[in-house]
Amino acid sequence: MTVPVSWYLLLAVMLFAIGAAGALTRRNGIAIFLSIELMLNAANLSLVAYGRVVAERTMDLASAHTAQIIVFFVLAVAAAEAAVGLALFIAVYRKRRTIDVDRLNLLRW
Amino acid sequence: MEIGVFLLFALLAVTSALVVVVHRNPVYSVMSLVVTLVSTAVLFVMLGAPFLAALQVLVYTGAILVLFLFVIMLLNIERETQRTNGGWFKKLAALISAAIFVAIVGSISLQAYTGRFLEALTPESVAIEPLARELFSTYLLPFEIIGLLLLAAVVGATVLARKQDAVSPEKER
Repeated sequence: MTVPVSWYLLLAVMLFAIGAAGALTRRNGIAIFLSIELMLNAANLSLVAYGRVVAERTMDLASAHTAQIIVFFVLAVAAAEAAVGLALFIAVYRKRRTIDVDRLNLLRW
Repeated sequence: MEIGVFLLFALLAVTSALVVVVHRNPVYSVMSLVVTLVSTAVLFVMLGAPFLAALQVLVYTGAILVLFLFVIMLLNIERETQRTNGGWFKKLAALISAAIFVAIVGSISLQAYTGRFLEALTPESVAIEPLARELFSTYLLPFEIIGLLLLAAVVGATVLARKQDAVSPEKER
């Protein structure tokens, strides 16, 4: 007995919505970053689920492999993004002694 | 059996995702994100992607989140204080994310094949060798470019996080 694919998609949407709420409400820069990682992860989950469904419908595993390779690239880009983003936070913290995004309002209109 | 495993790890993922978003202390947020990512790795295995599950555990929880922990401890961030006038903003954010949820669920339910049950996994569908063949033939150029991107990110992160007077200590004073 397996699981319908809509359950995976529903779980991915729930994780994405939770991450979006976190990215909007949190003020600690690192917490916002963590919420964004959560959203990326939800997108990965739905990509893999869709790849599996399309592979089953077309009787060809190539689309499942393509989906998994895309997720592989997303993981690599997420790693690069995390490294640069955290370095930015360190640089900002050196200058302003805080990473509370409400207090980083130099570029605000 | 499979439904039980799915429900267990889906529940674990959603609960720990809520803890990530709600908890004031970022260290607990990171630890809870580890739980979310590992349960997602279990779901990757159930979807026939064991390679991605291994990557998720090794790269995400093993490298990226450890980096987060290092930076949190390095910066010695105090707990978030309660926002004094942010009640309406929290409501707006909840509304926006609820709207995202409803919109995506709606568009998913419009598709014909989302209700169908997945077929059981076969040894061919979880084989990693064809994945590797495709990655190193069709997707060889993107693979190399990703390597270049990671190199650029490493150099950029080093330059950004370096102390400004580390190059010329006598210039400042």
